[in-house]
Amino acid sequence: MHRHFEDQLDELKERMLFMSSLVEKAIGMSLDGLNHRDEAQATRVIAELEPQINELHLELDERALQLLALQQPMAVDLRFITSTIKINSDLERMGDQAVNMAQRALSIVAQPPLQPVIDIPRMAAITQKMVKDALDAFVRRDTELARQVVLRDDEVDSYRDLIFRELIAQMIKDPQHILQALDLILVSRNLERIADHATNIAEDVIYMVLGRDIRHHAEEKALVKDE
Amino acid sequence: MNTGTTYRKLAIEVMPVTKAEDRKAVEVPLKMVAENLSFFYRQTQALRGINIQIKEKHITALIGPSGCGKSTFLRALNRMNDLIPGTRVEGRVYIDGQDIYAKSVDPILLRRKVGMIFQKSNPFPKSVYENVAYGVRINRYAQSKAELDEIVEKSLQDAALWDEVRDRLDSSALGLSGGQQQRLCIARSLAVKPDTLLMDEPASALDPISTAKIEELILDLKKRYTIIIVTHNMQQAARVSDCTAFFFMGELVEMDSTIKMFTNPSRKETEDYITGRFG
Repeated sequence: MHRHFEDQLDELKERMLFMSSLVEKAIGMSLDGLNHRDEAQATRVIAELEPQINELHLELDERALQLLALQQPMAVDLRFITSTIKINSDLERMGDQAVNMAQRALSIVAQPPLQPVIDIPRMAAITQKMVKDALDAFVRRDTELARQVVLRDDEVDSYRDLIFRELIAQMIKDPQHILQALDLILVSRNLERIADHATNIAEDVIYMVLGRDIRHHAEEKALVKDE
Repeated sequence: MNTGTTYRKLAIEVMPVTKAEDRKAVEVPLKMVAENLSFFYRQTQALRGINIQIKEKHITALIGPSGCGKSTFLRALNRMNDLIPGTRVEGRVYIDGQDIYAKSVDPILLRRKVGMIFQKSNPFPKSVYENVAYGVRINRYAQSKAELDEIVEKSLQDAALWDEVRDRLDSSALGLSGGQQQRLCIARSLAVKPDTLLMDEPASALDPISTAKIEELILDLKKRYTIIIVTHNMQQAARVSDCTAFFFMGELVEMDSTIKMFTNPSRKETEDYITGRFG
């Protein structure tokens, strides 16, 4: 029997996916702006993508609330809707982090170029992959992919620490360019936060699919007790 | 107040949750307007000055505790209350701009245009086919048997019952299950071409699956009909309706879009009722 409720769930999922695509795009464009010293890209993130992301943030929460209030969802439907509320919040924060990176890009472009920090593009690549995988895991309800995202968070944290040390050394050696170095430290912080949000999303996907809450490092237990 | 002239007003509403970029206020025509409607069973006043606007091709749910007047109000919309001796109406009810209590109005015609589905389904003790054909025949809507067959089939299809009864049209309607009988009653109403359907607790006697089928049917029907449904089941009102009106002790306490009523009603009495804090 066709249910109008199913249509509304599908719509919620579709709008979530649209928002995710905007967020992925914002992250990609801000990194492009950074790597290629491209002001136009960075500006587009701030002026065009962010307002859309914010509007969707409100719309998605409203949709979810409406479904909860009017449809009394149970079990998998209830977990899906509460998970989308959380994922929505993480996506919006990721959008904010992308905007911050875009602002760093604009600041960096306004200054003479610094010796490229090789580890930032590497960190960016891992982070972007984590974001992509977390969102794919959501679409495909793939808990294995989600678990892998969770495990990679430590690697990103290590990169942030590494970059930190590298840039501090650089600042000591070359105080003329402290501003650019600080901007890059902030970017690595932005990337690390984005990776954290991707991890949150992955954890929410596992809850949504399996009904198991693996947050706060309970994942070791989850991995051992594999079904 | 306008007595003879047609009376149509438009209500503004914001679309239900849609894509952010699509939202705008739209004007929605009103099907029915009640103005200061009061109703008396002899000395007892059952409805107190009800002012309400029913939007066309929307589903309006009437909720409230037992005895609040919601069923009385529903029956006032197609003058079913006329059949009860000792009753009195004050105020006006306009449908498509016309006062239905005006002397010139034929209540039989009214009840064809404004059909009613009751809590306990009441198919005629005839065959499935005859139940639907009866109204069509006495109103002479069909010029031939073939046309009658067509109307019967379409009505049963529109009531989501055709597939289940196509091979037993001549069997007794009383042999159908509760849910099927109720859908048969809906088909019967649809056959005489109403534009509004009044439903008084249409699913309260049914099991959850039959209830779900009726609810899906109601959601489909609103594309072509204005529907008003009385229900004591608030979750049903939430699932099915676009607007919800809360009645209490003969008064209309609050009416708004269903989403607003169930997430953030304006009146405390409404909130108390909806959250179950009431009585």
